[in-house]
Amino acid sequence: MSPLVESVVRFLRSTVGTKVLMALTGLALVGFLVAHLAGNLQMLAPGGKAPELMNAYAAQLKGLGPLLWIARIGLLGTFALHVALAIRLTALNKAARPVPYAYESTVQASWGSRTMILTGSVVILFVLFHLAHFTLGFTHPEHYALHDAQGRHDVYNMVVAGFQVPAVAVGYGLAMFVVGLHLSHGLGSLVRSLGLSNPRLRLLTQRLGVAVAILLAVGFALIPSAVQSGWIQPSTSVEGSNK
Amino acid sequence: MDLTLNVWRQERADAPGKIVSYDVPGVDEEMSFLEMIDVLNERLIEKGEEPIAFEHDCREGICGSCSMVINGVPHGPQPETTTCQLYMRHFKDGDTIFVEPFRAKAFPVLRDLIVDRSAFDRIQQAGGYISINTGNAPDANATPVNKEASEAAIDAAQCIGCGACVASCKNASAMLFVAAKVSHLSLLPQGQPERYQRVLNMVSTMDDEGFGACTNQSECEAVCPKGISVSYISRMNRDYLRASVSTPV
Ligand code: HEM
Ligand code: FES
Repeated sequence: MSPLVESVVRFLRSTVGTKVLMALTGLALVGFLVAHLAGNLQMLAPGGKAPELMNAYAAQLKGLGPLLWIARIGLLGTFALHVALAIRLTALNKAARPVPYAYESTVQASWGSRTMILTGSVVILFVLFHLAHFTLGFTHPEHYALHDAQGRHDVYNMVVAGFQVPAVAVGYGLAMFVVGLHLSHGLGSLVRSLGLSNPRLRLLTQRLGVAVAILLAVGFALIPSAVQSGWIQPSTSVEGSNK
Repeated sequence: MDLTLNVWRQERADAPGKIVSYDVPGVDEEMSFLEMIDVLNERLIEKGEEPIAFEHDCREGICGSCSMVINGVPHGPQPETTTCQLYMRHFKDGDTIFVEPFRAKAFPVLRDLIVDRSAFDRIQQAGGYISINTGNAPDANATPVNKEASEAAIDAAQCIGCGACVASCKNASAMLFVAAKVSHLSLLPQGQPERYQRVLNMVSTMDDEGFGACTNQSECEAVCPKGISVSYISRMNRDYLRASVSTPV
């Protein structure tokens, strides 16, 4: 083996290297969440501009063509790698303590940190539903079929109609709580895994991580809440829906 | 005070073990936890039963021998305190206390509360050394050492290798121990020649021994009798990353 291949293999096989990759894929997924949230918040644009903003944004993304597919494949690959490494680490960590304590106790590990594999698994289920719901239109074809006056996919009204179903809105809210819990540990943890923490930065990054996790979860949950509370209404400005 | 002790009893490494309950009346609160077990053991011997096997040596908090998990916490409830320095005044009359061996695949139980921690020795042998010339002692202060680095190195060097970090970690990970050993040498000028090879070798030995990975839950730091900070783990990761990309040329 060449020295380069050797050191890459050693890095990938090691627990430290695996954790670094876990942190990098987690960070990339967080980057996606931030961009996704920024896009979604256009749903809340005041002055009746939201439908136009949202539908134009969606059309623009769809118009990216091959670039969109590159981004989608990259995102899927990152997600799959994160999950594969999560499974590997969780299995390795379980195997490291074959006999459990009769008296289990936890001194300071946070709730979020102890439920990473559980919250991650819920995220997978949520993502599957979310794709079937809004990206592929399997669950509510009648919402997915909406088009606006300009013939664009009427994403605004699809989202409003989707979140007017109470069970769906509640489900999304719960899923966002779970994502927030995952990130309440994940964000601070990734700084440490990447070797960027020190005694001066530690508390700051930990608290910043929790704050960003809360902001992300609340930000995403804002949209179903806004629909349920009637703050966001179906748009009538888009004539000829359902064409 | 009167206590009930639920202790893990296991005759040999390959024998099955179980929790056995003992009534321990008349415990003096000035006794250390180990002295309390000594008293119980005397009574067991008088009754013709096998005493509880446990490890101890210095009984003054510096050797790291006294490995046991007390009510789910290695070295018991007092922060920065080894079991031998833990006093019975921290318990109440009528308490039921669970005493178990350190649990990790890499620390197999040999008997009762005694586990085999030689995995730590092998990690140490993989990199816990520096190269120096023999002969006359070098001039004192011939090598300048940055003050901050020397403080941080001494903090890391406080590790007594007791293994409580492994015992408390949800993943039985040895990262805090390894990070302390890697850091205390690599922070100092004397540790520079082997700096990168050291972290690569020690981490790889740690992995081969079957310890888990770090999930940054900081349980290790909470139970470490020497209060070693988890920031050393981040520091080790940084060194490991550098070592993975660095070449001599
Ligand atoms: C929106 C998607 C997700 C994001 C943004 C995300 C983010 C993160 C971050 C930032 C970390 C911290 C990495 C570190 O400790 O260095 C992490 C850890 C983890 N993630 Fe995710 N994650 C996501 C989805 C998932 C999924 C689907 C799973 C599936 C099981 C999962 C399982 C885990 C586990 C088990 C850990 C802890 C690994 C360990 O410390 O050993 N995550 N995640
Ligand atoms: S017996 Fe030496 S540290 Fe406890």
